[in-house]
Amino acid sequence: SRELLVLTYGALVAQLCKDYEKDEDVNTCLDRMGYGIGVRLIDDFLARSAVKKCHSYSETADVIAQVAFKMYLGVTPSVSCSSAAGNEFSLILDKNPLVDFVEELPAERASLCYCNLLCGVIRGALEMVHLAAEVTFLQDRLKGDAVTEIGITFLRKAEDRKHKRN
Amino acid sequence: MAIFSVYVVNKAGGLIYQLDHYAPRADTEKTFSFPLDLVLRPHDERVVVAFGQRDGIRVGHAVLAINGAEVNGRLTADGKDVLEFLSNPANYPVSIRFGRHRLSSNEKLMLASMFHSLFAIGSQLSPEVGSSGIEMLETDTFKLHCFQTLTGTVSAAWLGGGAVTELGLPHASVVVAPGIKFMVLADPRQAGIDALLRKIYEIYSDYALKNPFYSLEMPIRCELFDQNLKLALEVAEKAGPFGPGS
Repeated sequence: SRELLVLTYGALVAQLCKDYEKDEDVNTCLDRMGYGIGVRLIDDFLARSAVKKCHSYSETADVIAQVAFKMYLGVTPSVSCSSAAGNEFSLILDKNPLVDFVEELPAERASLCYCNLLCGVIRGALEMVHLAAEVTFLQDRLKGDAVTEIGITFLRKAEDRKHKRN
Repeated sequence: MAIFSVYVVNKAGGLIYQLDHYAPRADTEKTFSFPLDLVLRPHDERVVVAFGQRDGIRVGHAVLAINGAEVNGRLTADGKDVLEFLSNPANYPVSIRFGRHRLSSNEKLMLASMFHSLFAIGSQLSPEVGSSGIEMLETDTFKLHCFQTLTGTVSAAWLGGGAVTELGLPHASVVVAPGIKFMVLADPRQAGIDALLRKIYEIYSDYALKNPFYSLEMPIRCELFDQNLKLALEVAEKAGPFGPGS
Protein backbone atom coordinates (compact mmCIF):
# COMPACT_ATOMS: atom_id res chain seq x y z
CA SER A 1 0.00 0.00 0.00
CA ARG A 2 3.04 2.23 0.07
CA GLU A 3 2.94 2.33 -3.72
CA LEU A 4 -0.50 3.85 -3.59
CA LEU A 5 0.79 6.57 -1.27
CA VAL A 6 3.74 7.29 -3.56
CA LEU A 7 1.53 7.40 -6.64
CA THR A 8 -1.01 9.62 -4.90
CA TYR A 9 1.72 11.99 -3.82
CA GLY A 10 3.07 12.12 -7.33
CA ALA A 11 -0.36 12.88 -8.73
CA LEU A 12 -0.79 15.61 -6.13
CA VAL A 13 2.46 17.31 -7.06
CA ALA A 14 1.71 17.01 -10.75
CA GLN A 15 -1.70 18.59 -10.31
CA LEU A 16 -0.22 21.42 -8.27
CA CYS A 17 2.30 22.03 -11.02
CA LYS A 18 -0.56 22.36 -13.47
CA ASP A 19 -2.43 24.72 -11.16
CA TYR A 20 0.43 27.04 -10.29
CA GLU A 21 2.93 28.65 -12.62
CA LYS A 22 5.69 29.40 -10.16
CA ASP A 23 7.69 26.84 -8.22
CA GLU A 24 7.53 28.90 -5.05
CA ASP A 25 3.75 28.74 -5.10
CA VAL A 26 3.80 24.97 -5.44
CA ASN A 27 6.33 24.72 -2.64
CA THR A 28 4.25 26.96 -0.38
CA CYS A 29 1.15 24.97 -1.13
CA LEU A 30 2.85 21.68 -0.34
CA ASP A 31 4.22 23.14 2.87
CA ARG A 32 0.79 24.33 3.93
CA MET A 33 -0.78 20.97 3.23
CA GLY A 34 1.99 19.29 5.13
CA TYR A 35 1.39 21.62 8.05
CA GLY A 36 -2.27 20.62 8.17
CA ILE A 37 -1.27 16.97 8.15
CA GLY A 38 1.42 17.52 10.79
CA VAL A 39 -0.84 19.10 13.38
CA ARG A 40 -3.08 16.02 13.27
CA LEU A 41 -0.40 13.41 12.77
CA ILE A 42 1.40 14.39 15.96
CA ASP A 43 -1.42 13.09 18.16
CA ASP A 44 -1.51 9.84 16.23
CA PHE A 45 2.25 9.54 16.62
CA LEU A 46 2.16 10.25 20.36
CA ALA A 47 -0.74 7.87 20.89
CA ARG A 48 0.93 4.99 19.12
CA SER A 49 4.55 5.40 20.03
CA ALA A 50 4.23 6.40 23.70
CA VAL A 51 7.49 8.35 23.59
CA LYS A 52 8.09 10.43 26.64
CA LYS A 53 8.49 14.17 26.53
CA CYS A 54 11.78 15.20 24.94
CA HIS A 55 13.98 17.44 26.99
CA SER A 56 16.44 18.65 24.41
CA TYR A 57 16.53 19.48 20.75
CA SER A 58 18.88 16.66 19.92
CA GLU A 59 16.53 14.21 21.62
CA THR A 60 13.65 15.60 19.59
CA ALA A 61 15.58 15.29 16.34
CA ASP A 62 16.51 11.72 17.22
CA VAL A 63 12.93 10.79 17.96
CA ILE A 64 11.74 12.30 14.69
CA ALA A 65 14.34 10.39 12.72
CA GLN A 66 14.30 7.06 14.45
CA VAL A 67 10.71 6.65 15.52
CA ALA A 68 8.50 8.87 13.42
CA PHE A 69 10.10 8.40 10.03
CA LYS A 70 10.31 4.69 10.65
CA MET A 71 6.68 4.50 11.66
CA TYR A 72 5.27 6.42 8.74
CA LEU A 73 7.71 6.05 5.87
CA GLY A 74 9.68 2.99 6.86
CA VAL A 75 13.06 4.68 6.55
CA THR A 76 15.45 5.86 9.23
CA PRO A 77 17.40 8.97 8.36
CA SER A 78 20.61 9.71 10.21
CA VAL A 79 20.80 12.78 12.38
CA SER A 80 23.62 15.24 12.58
CA CYS A 81 23.86 18.45 14.51
CA SER A 82 25.14 21.26 12.41
CA SER A 83 25.42 24.25 14.66
CA ALA A 84 27.34 25.13 17.77
CA ALA A 85 24.26 26.52 19.46
CA GLY A 86 22.64 23.11 19.30
CA ASN A 87 19.49 24.18 17.57
CA GLU A 88 20.15 23.18 13.98
CA PHE A 89 19.92 19.59 12.90
CA SER A 90 19.94 17.73 9.63
CA LEU A 91 18.21 14.53 8.78
CA ILE A 92 20.00 12.72 5.99
CA LEU A 93 17.88 10.33 3.98
CA ASP A 94 19.60 7.81 1.72
CA LYS A 95 16.35 6.42 0.61
CA ASN A 96 13.26 8.53 0.16
CA PRO A 97 10.23 6.39 -0.66
CA LEU A 98 8.24 9.32 -1.98
CA VAL A 99 10.55 9.73 -4.96
CA ASP A 100 10.68 6.05 -5.88
CA PHE A 101 9.21 6.64 -9.28
CA VAL A 102 10.74 10.04 -10.03
CA GLU A 103 13.99 10.24 -11.89
CA GLU A 104 14.62 13.91 -11.99
CA LEU A 105 12.76 17.15 -12.02
CA PRO A 106 11.65 18.54 -15.38
CA ALA A 107 13.75 21.42 -16.65
CA GLU A 108 11.13 24.11 -16.10
CA ARG A 109 10.62 23.05 -12.49
CA ALA A 110 14.19 23.32 -11.36
CA SER A 111 13.50 24.85 -7.98
CA LEU A 112 10.58 22.65 -7.03
CA CYS A 113 10.95 20.98 -3.66
CA TYR A 114 9.24 17.73 -4.46
CA CYS A 115 8.96 16.51 -0.90
CA ASN A 116 8.10 19.84 0.64
CA LEU A 117 5.07 18.18 2.17
CA LEU A 118 7.42 16.42 4.57
CA CYS A 119 8.84 19.74 5.71
CA GLY A 120 5.37 21.01 6.42
CA VAL A 121 4.48 17.87 8.34
CA ILE A 122 7.54 18.18 10.57
CA ARG A 123 6.92 21.87 11.12
CA GLY A 124 3.26 21.34 12.02
CA ALA A 125 3.99 18.46 14.34
CA LEU A 126 6.73 20.35 16.18
CA GLU A 127 4.52 23.37 16.55
CA MET A 128 1.86 21.29 18.31
CA VAL A 129 4.40 20.27 20.92
CA HIS A 130 5.30 23.93 21.30
CA LEU A 131 8.65 23.81 19.53
CA ALA A 132 8.74 26.42 16.81
CA ALA A 133 11.02 25.36 13.99
CA GLU A 134 11.92 26.08 10.42
CA VAL A 135 12.24 23.05 8.22
CA THR A 136 13.72 23.19 4.75
CA PHE A 137 15.46 21.02 2.24
CA LEU A 138 19.18 21.55 2.31
CA GLN A 139 20.04 18.99 -0.32
CA ASP A 140 17.79 17.14 -2.69
CA ARG A 141 18.74 14.08 -4.70
CA LEU A 142 16.27 15.11 -7.38
CA LYS A 143 18.27 18.24 -7.96
CA GLY A 144 21.50 16.40 -8.39
CA ASP A 145 22.84 16.29 -4.85
CA ALA A 146 24.20 13.10 -3.41
CA VAL A 147 21.66 12.64 -0.66
CA THR A 148 18.43 14.22 0.49
CA GLU A 149 18.95 16.37 3.53
CA ILE A 150 16.25 18.03 5.58
CA GLY A 151 17.36 20.83 7.89
CA ILE A 152 15.47 21.60 11.10
CA THR A 153 16.23 24.86 12.85
CA PHE A 154 14.60 25.25 16.23
CA LEU A 155 13.66 28.86 16.61
CA ARG A 156 13.16 29.65 20.22
CA LYS A 157 14.50 27.78 23.19
CA ALA A 158 12.81 28.17 26.57
CA GLU A 159 14.56 29.15 29.76
CA ASP A 160 18.14 28.84 28.64
CA ARG A 161 18.86 31.74 26.39
CA LYS A 162 19.25 35.02 28.17
CA HIS A 163 19.09 37.39 25.24
CA LYS A 164 17.19 40.60 25.55
CA ARG A 165 14.40 41.24 23.11
CA ASN A 166 15.20 44.31 20.98
CA MET B 1 -21.78 -0.48 34.87
CA ALA B 2 -18.30 0.26 36.04
CA ILE B 3 -17.43 3.18 33.78
CA PHE B 4 -19.74 6.10 34.28
CA SER B 5 -18.72 8.78 31.83
CA VAL B 6 -16.08 10.13 29.50
CA TYR B 7 -15.28 13.80 29.02
CA VAL B 8 -12.89 15.33 26.49
CA VAL B 9 -11.71 18.87 27.14
CA ASN B 10 -9.86 20.91 24.55
CA LYS B 11 -6.82 23.10 25.07
CA ALA B 12 -8.84 26.17 25.98
CA GLY B 13 -10.84 24.35 28.63
CA GLY B 14 -14.05 23.85 26.67
CA LEU B 15 -15.87 20.54 26.67
CA ILE B 16 -15.74 18.99 23.20
CA TYR B 17 -17.14 15.55 23.89
CA GLN B 18 -19.17 13.89 26.60
CA LEU B 19 -20.57 10.40 26.95
CA ASP B 20 -22.66 9.00 29.79
CA HIS B 21 -22.33 5.27 30.03
CA TYR B 22 -24.20 4.31 33.18
CA ALA B 23 -27.51 2.54 33.29
CA PRO B 24 -30.27 4.99 34.07
CA ARG B 25 -30.92 5.04 37.78
CA ALA B 26 -34.35 3.94 38.80
CA ASP B 27 -36.73 6.79 39.48
CA THR B 28 -39.21 6.28 42.25
CA GLU B 29 -42.77 7.37 41.92
CA LYS B 30 -45.06 7.33 44.95
CA THR B 31 -48.41 8.66 45.96
CA PHE B 32 -48.50 10.82 49.03
CA SER B 33 -51.21 12.19 51.23
CA PHE B 34 -51.06 15.35 53.29
CA PRO B 35 -48.92 16.06 55.22
CA LEU B 36 -45.79 15.12 53.29
CA ASP B 37 -43.33 13.33 55.54
CA LEU B 38 -40.36 14.20 53.38
CA VAL B 39 -38.58 17.46 54.00
CA LEU B 40 -38.06 19.26 50.72
CA ARG B 41 -35.94 22.32 50.12
CA PRO B 42 -34.91 24.33 47.09
CA HIS B 43 -31.39 23.77 45.85
CA ASP B 44 -30.02 25.61 42.80
CA GLU B 45 -32.81 25.37 40.32
CA ARG B 46 -34.45 22.26 41.72
CA VAL B 47 -36.39 21.02 44.70
CA VAL B 48 -34.53 18.26 46.51
CA VAL B 49 -35.16 15.95 49.40
CA ALA B 50 -33.34 17.19 52.50
CA PHE B 51 -34.52 14.63 55.05
CA GLY B 52 -36.96 11.77 55.46
CA GLN B 53 -35.32 9.08 53.36
CA ARG B 54 -37.60 6.10 52.72
CA ASP B 55 -38.51 3.48 50.17
CA GLY B 56 -35.85 4.24 47.63
CA ILE B 57 -36.23 7.99 47.87
CA ARG B 58 -32.85 9.17 49.04
CA VAL B 59 -31.59 12.47 50.33
CA GLY B 60 -30.46 14.51 47.37
CA HIS B 61 -33.05 13.16 44.97
CA ALA B 62 -34.83 15.86 43.08
CA VAL B 63 -38.50 16.19 42.32
CA LEU B 64 -38.77 15.11 38.70
CA ALA B 65 -42.49 15.02 38.08
CA ILE B 66 -45.77 15.73 39.87
CA ASN B 67 -48.85 13.75 38.88
CA GLY B 68 -47.10 12.59 35.78
CA ALA B 69 -46.24 16.05 34.50
CA GLU B 70 -42.53 16.88 34.52
CA VAL B 71 -41.53 19.78 36.70
CA ASN B 72 -39.63 22.65 35.23
CA GLY B 73 -36.96 23.48 37.77
CA ARG B 74 -38.83 24.79 40.76
CA LEU B 75 -42.13 25.29 38.97
CA THR B 76 -44.68 22.66 38.10
CA ALA B 77 -45.77 22.12 34.52
CA ASP B 78 -48.54 24.69 35.08
CA GLY B 79 -46.09 27.29 36.31
CA LYS B 80 -46.89 27.09 40.00
CA ASP B 81 -44.13 26.90 42.58
CA VAL B 82 -43.57 23.28 43.63
CA LEU B 83 -43.19 23.90 47.33
CA GLU B 84 -46.30 26.03 47.45
CA PHE B 85 -48.21 23.38 45.55
CA LEU B 86 -47.15 20.68 47.96
CA SER B 87 -47.97 22.70 51.08
CA ASN B 88 -51.57 23.10 49.98
CA PRO B 89 -53.67 20.21 51.38
CA ALA B 90 -56.22 20.70 48.62
CA ASN B 91 -53.85 19.25 46.06
CA TYR B 92 -53.47 15.90 47.80
CA PRO B 93 -53.31 12.97 47.22
CA VAL B 94 -50.46 13.68 44.83
CA SER B 95 -48.08 11.38 43.02
CA ILE B 96 -44.50 12.58 42.94
CA ARG B 97 -41.58 11.11 41.05
CA PHE B 98 -38.16 11.41 42.64
CA GLY B 99 -34.84 10.60 41.12
CA ARG B 100 -31.27 11.59 40.77
CA HIS B 101 -31.04 14.75 38.76
CA ARG B 102 -29.02 14.38 35.59
CA LEU B 103 -26.60 17.16 34.73
CA SER B 104 -27.69 19.43 31.93
CA SER B 105 -25.25 20.12 29.09
CA ASN B 106 -24.62 23.63 30.36
CA GLU B 107 -23.73 22.29 33.76
CA LYS B 108 -21.37 19.78 32.18
CA LEU B 109 -19.67 22.52 30.18
CA MET B 110 -19.21 24.58 33.29
CA LEU B 111 -17.89 21.72 35.36
CA ALA B 112 -15.44 20.72 32.64
CA SER B 113 -14.03 24.25 32.46
CA MET B 114 -13.73 24.34 36.21
CA PHE B 115 -11.81 21.11 36.20
CA HIS B 116 -9.54 22.49 33.50
CA SER B 117 -8.69 25.44 35.76
CA LEU B 118 -8.12 23.19 38.75
CA PHE B 119 -5.86 21.06 36.63
CA ALA B 120 -3.81 24.10 35.66
CA ILE B 121 -3.52 25.12 39.31
CA GLY B 122 -2.46 21.60 40.19
CA SER B 123 0.35 21.66 37.62
CA GLN B 124 1.57 25.01 38.83
CA LEU B 125 1.57 24.02 42.48
CA SER B 126 3.84 21.13 41.76
CA PRO B 127 7.27 21.45 43.36
CA GLU B 128 8.84 19.79 40.32
CA VAL B 129 8.84 21.38 36.89
CA GLY B 130 6.90 19.58 34.22
CA SER B 131 4.39 17.84 36.41
CA SER B 132 1.76 15.73 34.75
CA GLY B 133 -1.03 17.55 36.57
CA ILE B 134 -3.98 15.92 38.28
CA GLU B 135 -4.06 12.25 37.28
CA MET B 136 -6.72 10.96 39.59
CA LEU B 137 -9.42 12.28 41.85
CA GLU B 138 -10.77 9.72 44.27
CA THR B 139 -14.05 9.78 46.16
CA ASP B 140 -15.98 7.03 47.88
CA THR B 141 -18.37 6.53 44.98
CA PHE B 142 -16.19 7.07 41.94
CA LYS B 143 -12.70 7.77 40.69
CA LEU B 144 -11.97 10.43 38.10
CA HIS B 145 -8.96 9.65 35.92
CA CYS B 146 -7.43 12.34 33.76
CA PHE B 147 -4.89 12.12 30.97
CA GLN B 148 -3.46 15.18 29.29
CA THR B 149 -1.75 14.96 25.92
CA LEU B 150 1.21 17.04 24.78
CA THR B 151 2.20 18.01 28.27
CA GLY B 152 2.71 21.71 28.00
CA THR B 153 6.20 23.00 27.58
CA VAL B 154 7.07 26.15 29.42
CA SER B 155 7.84 29.00 27.10
CA ALA B 156 9.27 32.15 28.62
CA ALA B 157 8.44 35.48 27.03
CA TRP B 158 10.93 38.15 27.87
CA LEU B 159 9.49 41.58 28.42
CA GLY B 160 11.31 44.19 26.41
CA GLY B 161 12.78 47.46 27.52
CA GLY B 162 15.64 46.04 29.49
CA ALA B 163 13.66 46.05 32.73
CA VAL B 164 15.44 43.96 35.32
CA THR B 165 14.61 42.62 38.72
CA GLU B 166 16.90 43.01 41.69
CA LEU B 167 18.69 39.85 40.71
CA GLY B 168 19.72 41.37 37.44
CA LEU B 169 17.59 39.04 35.31
CA PRO B 170 15.11 40.37 32.77
CA HIS B 171 11.45 40.05 33.69
CA ALA B 172 9.87 36.94 32.31
CA SER B 173 6.32 35.74 32.07
CA VAL B 174 5.92 32.01 32.03
CA VAL B 175 3.23 30.44 29.91
CA VAL B 176 2.25 26.80 30.17
CA ALA B 177 0.30 25.67 27.15
CA PRO B 178 -1.72 22.53 27.91
CA GLY B 179 -2.97 19.81 25.60
CA ILE B 180 -6.26 17.96 25.24
CA LYS B 181 -7.57 16.22 28.37
CA PHE B 182 -9.39 12.93 28.46
CA MET B 183 -11.32 12.27 31.66
CA VAL B 184 -12.94 9.02 32.65
CA LEU B 185 -15.23 8.66 35.66
CA ALA B 186 -15.31 5.06 36.81
CA ASP B 187 -16.11 2.79 39.69
CA PRO B 188 -13.33 2.91 42.30
CA ARG B 189 -12.71 -0.80 41.88
CA GLN B 190 -12.36 -0.67 38.11
CA ALA B 191 -8.81 -1.35 36.98
CA GLY B 192 -7.07 -0.67 33.70
CA ILE B 193 -8.24 2.90 33.32
CA ASP B 194 -4.75 4.06 32.34
CA ALA B 195 -4.74 1.72 29.39
CA LEU B 196 -8.28 2.84 28.58
CA LEU B 197 -7.20 6.48 28.52
CA ARG B 198 -4.38 5.64 26.11
CA LYS B 199 -6.85 3.73 23.98
CA ILE B 200 -9.22 6.69 23.94
CA TYR B 201 -6.30 8.85 22.79
CA GLU B 202 -5.68 6.43 19.94
CA ILE B 203 -9.35 6.37 18.99
CA TYR B 204 -9.40 10.17 19.05
CA SER B 205 -6.33 10.41 16.84
CA ASP B 206 -7.84 7.85 14.44
CA TYR B 207 -11.46 8.82 14.07
CA ALA B 208 -11.54 12.46 15.02
CA LEU B 209 -8.20 13.82 13.83
CA LYS B 210 -8.04 11.85 10.62
CA ASN B 211 -11.53 12.93 9.67
CA PRO B 212 -10.80 15.73 7.19
CA PHE B 213 -14.02 17.51 8.05
CA TYR B 214 -13.32 17.72 11.74
CA SER B 215 -11.75 21.02 12.84
CA LEU B 216 -9.39 20.91 15.75
CA GLU B 217 -10.68 22.06 19.15
CA MET B 218 -14.30 21.88 17.99
CA PRO B 219 -16.98 19.59 19.47
CA ILE B 220 -16.47 16.07 18.21
CA ARG B 221 -19.42 14.91 16.11
CA CYS B 222 -18.01 11.81 14.48
CA GLU B 223 -20.12 8.65 14.42
CA LEU B 224 -17.10 6.40 14.16
CA PHE B 225 -15.55 8.01 17.21
CA ASP B 226 -18.75 7.36 19.22
CA GLN B 227 -18.99 3.75 18.14
CA ASN B 228 -15.37 2.90 18.74
CA LEU B 229 -15.36 4.65 22.08
CA LYS B 230 -18.36 2.65 23.27
CA LEU B 231 -16.66 -0.55 22.13
CA ALA B 232 -13.51 0.38 24.02
CA LEU B 233 -15.52 1.10 27.17
CA GLU B 234 -17.24 -2.25 26.95
CA VAL B 235 -13.95 -4.05 26.50
CA ALA B 236 -12.47 -2.24 29.49
CA GLU B 237 -15.47 -3.09 31.65
CA LYS B 238 -15.32 -6.76 30.80
CA ALA B 239 -11.61 -6.90 31.47
CA GLY B 240 -11.91 -5.20 34.86
CA PRO B 241 -11.85 -7.19 38.09
CA PHE B 242 -15.61 -6.87 38.41
CA GLY B 243 -17.93 -7.93 35.68
CA PRO B 244 -20.57 -5.61 34.24
CA GLY B 245 -23.67 -4.97 36.24
CA SER B 246 -21.98 -4.46 39.60
